[in-house]
Amino acid sequence: MPNMTPKKTPMPEQDPNVRNKNFEEVALGYTEEMAIEEAQRCLNCKNKPCVNGCPVGVRIPEFIQKVTQHDFAGAYQTIKMTNSLPAVCGRVCPQETQCEHNCVRGIKGEPVGIGRLERFVADWYMKNGEEKAEKVQPNGHKVAIVGAGPAGLTCAGDLAALGYSVTIFEALHTAGGVLMYGIPQFRLPKEIVQKEIASLEAKGVEIKTDMVIGKVLSVDELFEMGYEAVFIGTGAGLPNFMNIPGEGLVGTYSANEFLTRVNLMKAYLDEYDTPIIRPKNVAVVGGGNVAMDAARTAKRLGAENVYIVYRRAEEQMPARKEEIHHAKEEGIIFSLLHNPVAIHGDENGRVRAIECVEMELGEPDASGRRKPVEKKGSNFEIPVDCVVMAIGNSPNPLIRSTTEGLEANSHGCIIVNDETMATTRKGVYAAGDAVSGAATVILAMGGGKEAARSIDEYIQSK
Amino acid sequence: MFKIIEKRKLNDSMTKMVVDAPFIAKKANAGQFIILRVNEFGERIPLTIADYDREKGTVSIIYQIVGKTTMALDQLNEGDAILDFIGPLGKASELEGYKKVAVIGGGAGCAIAYPQAKALHQMGAKVDVIAGFRNKDLIILEEEMGAVSDHLVITTDDGSNGNKGFVTDALRKNIEDGAGYDLVIAIGPLVMMRAVCNLTKEFGIKTIISMNPIMIDGTGMCGGCRLTVGGKTKFACVDGPDFDGHEVDFDEAIKRTRTYFDLERESAREYNCRLMEGAKNA
Repeated sequence: MPNMTPKKTPMPEQDPNVRNKNFEEVALGYTEEMAIEEAQRCLNCKNKPCVNGCPVGVRIPEFIQKVTQHDFAGAYQTIKMTNSLPAVCGRVCPQETQCEHNCVRGIKGEPVGIGRLERFVADWYMKNGEEKAEKVQPNGHKVAIVGAGPAGLTCAGDLAALGYSVTIFEALHTAGGVLMYGIPQFRLPKEIVQKEIASLEAKGVEIKTDMVIGKVLSVDELFEMGYEAVFIGTGAGLPNFMNIPGEGLVGTYSANEFLTRVNLMKAYLDEYDTPIIRPKNVAVVGGGNVAMDAARTAKRLGAENVYIVYRRAEEQMPARKEEIHHAKEEGIIFSLLHNPVAIHGDENGRVRAIECVEMELGEPDASGRRKPVEKKGSNFEIPVDCVVMAIGNSPNPLIRSTTEGLEANSHGCIIVNDETMATTRKGVYAAGDAVSGAATVILAMGGGKEAARSIDEYIQSK
Repeated sequence: MFKIIEKRKLNDSMTKMVVDAPFIAKKANAGQFIILRVNEFGERIPLTIADYDREKGTVSIIYQIVGKTTMALDQLNEGDAILDFIGPLGKASELEGYKKVAVIGGGAGCAIAYPQAKALHQMGAKVDVIAGFRNKDLIILEEEMGAVSDHLVITTDDGSNGNKGFVTDALRKNIEDGAGYDLVIAIGPLVMMRAVCNLTKEFGIKTIISMNPIMIDGTGMCGGCRLTVGGKTKFACVDGPDFDGHEVDFDEAIKRTRTYFDLERESAREYNCRLMEGAKNA
C-alpha cells in the first residue's frame, strides 16, 4: 500500500542561522527510514511520466521500488545504468521542472522527492557499496573529450562503458568543471564530485589536467594522435558584464571569478593562499542559480548585508525555487524590480555603492516573460563595497577560434544537430554550455549522453 | 608535475627557470604566457614565457620575487617539480612587417622584452633596446639584449651605471634624434608603460604593451583579468596580453592590480617569517 501523505518527507537541514556562517552542506540527507518512507509515496505508474522528464532517462520508478525493498545497492545500479553522476544530480538538478514536474503525486499535493531519493541512494552507495571496477572489453577505438565538466564526464562514462579508450583533456588543474569551480561546497561537497570522478577513472577513463585544448593541442592534432572522434564540452566562457560605468572598480567581480576563488581555489580556508575581498555589504546582480550561489557564498564569507539585485519580479527568477527559499532563510535581501545603472567608487577606485533604477513589468517579451521597463527618475543607491555580476556567460572562444570547419552562431555557441550533437566538423561532437550557453548541469549531461551514442554510431559505421 | 631543468639567479630578486614542458614548448610563441601553481595550497599566477626550446621541450620563465607565490617558487631547485604549468596562453605578439622598432623593458619586464627584440631582430627589423633598472645591481640580460639589438641603452634611476634617467628620457632622445620608429614595444611596470605611451602618443608612434593583470584560469572563464581598452571591456588572457597602449585605461588597470595589495603583503610577510624560522631550526 503506497504512503498517501500529500507532502514529501521533510529533508533535514542545518539551521539557517548556523549554516549561513559555515560552508558545510545545507541539506543533510535522508536516513534509511526517511528514504523508505518517501519511496513508498511512489505509485510506480505504468507509463512512467517522470522518466520522460529526465534528460538522461533515469529509470525512476524502478530504482524507487528497490528503495522500498531496502535494496539500496540495487537501486544504485539501476540509476547508474543511465546516469554517471547520481550524487551530483540528486543535489543540483532542477527536479521541480523535470522528473518531479511530471509526477502524478504532484497533482494533489507534493510530487515524490525523486532528487532526494537519488541523492540518498548515491550517498548510501558511496559509504556502503563497493565500486565494481568492471573493465569492459576494450573495442580498440580512441575518443578524446575536451573538458571534464558534466557534459564531458557523462560522455566519457558512457563511451568507456562501451569499451572505448577515452581520454579527457581538462584546462584547469582539477577535473569537474563547474561542479568544482562554480557550485559551492555547501550545495555540492567537492569530495563527492571527486568520488564520482574517481569512479569514472576506475572504469578506465584517463584524465589529463592542465591541458588547454585550442592552445597546447588543436582538435586537428587530436585526430593526428589517433583519436577517432572528439567531443567538446568546454562549458561557459567569458562572463557577461552590463557595460555600465564602474565595472572596472576594485570590488566588482564576475560570479565566475568570485565563485572560482572560493570553490576551486578555496579562498574560504586559511591554509590556501587565494586572496578574496571579504565584503561587508554586497550586491549580487542577477536572478539565476549562480546569483543565489554567489549571494549565499558572500554571506558565509561574513558579509552583513547581501542583496540580490534583479530587474524583474521573483516569479520571473530563473533560479530553482529551493535555492531562492534557502537564500531567503539565510537572510539574503531581495532587491527586486531594480536594475543597476552604475557602480560608484571611492577615491581609491574601490566600490562604495551601486546605483539602481526602479522597474515595472510591461508586456511579455520574446522569452514570454513580462519585460521590465524603467521608471524614470527613480534612481537610488545601495551602499555596498562589493558587486558580483551573475548575468551569464558567453561560450569559451579558444576552440572554435582554432578549429577549422567548426561553426558557431552569432552568440559564439557551437552549432550542433539537436539529435546527434554532431558539429559542422566531421567526427567532432559538442554539448553543454559550449552549445547552449549557460544552462544546467543535467542538460549538459543529457547532451553528453546523446553525443556518446552518436560517437559510438559514427565510429562503428566507419 | 613539471620538472625544473635549470635554475639560475639573475640578480638578488630575479631568477630564471628552465622547465620541462614539451607540449607547451612545441606551441609557444613570443608574447604568450603560462600559468603555474607551486603546490596544492598555492595560487595560480601568470608568467610570460621568456624563452622556449622546441627540440629540448623546455620553456623558460623569469620571475621576480615579490610575494608568497614567487618566494615559494624560489624554494624549488633543479630536479624539483612545479605542480601545475599550463600554456601557452594568450595571443602571440604580432611582429610582422615592422622596419624599425624600439623595444623598451623596465626591470623584470626586460625578461619579456628580450624575446620580443630577439624575434624582431631575426625577422630583419632594426631594433633599439632601451632597458631601465632602479640601480646597476639589478641589471639583467645585458649581453643577450646587446646581441639582438642595433643599439642598446641601459638607464638606471639612481645613475649607478653611469647613465641616470628613465627609459622615457632615452626614448625621447632617440625619437628627437630622428630614429624614425614605426613601432614601440613597452614591457614593464604599468606606470612605466603609461609614461612610454604618453610620450609616443605625442609623436604618433604605434605602441604595443604587454599586460599582466590578476588572473585565475587564464583561459577566458573567470573574467578577473579584464581591462578597458578603447572604452570596451577586454580580457587579457584571451584578447591579449598585448594591447594598443594608446587605448588602455592605465588608471583603472593600476588600481585593479592593487586589489589584494594588503593581503599579499601580509601573506608574504608571514611566509618570510616561516622561512626564516625554518632556516634557524635547520
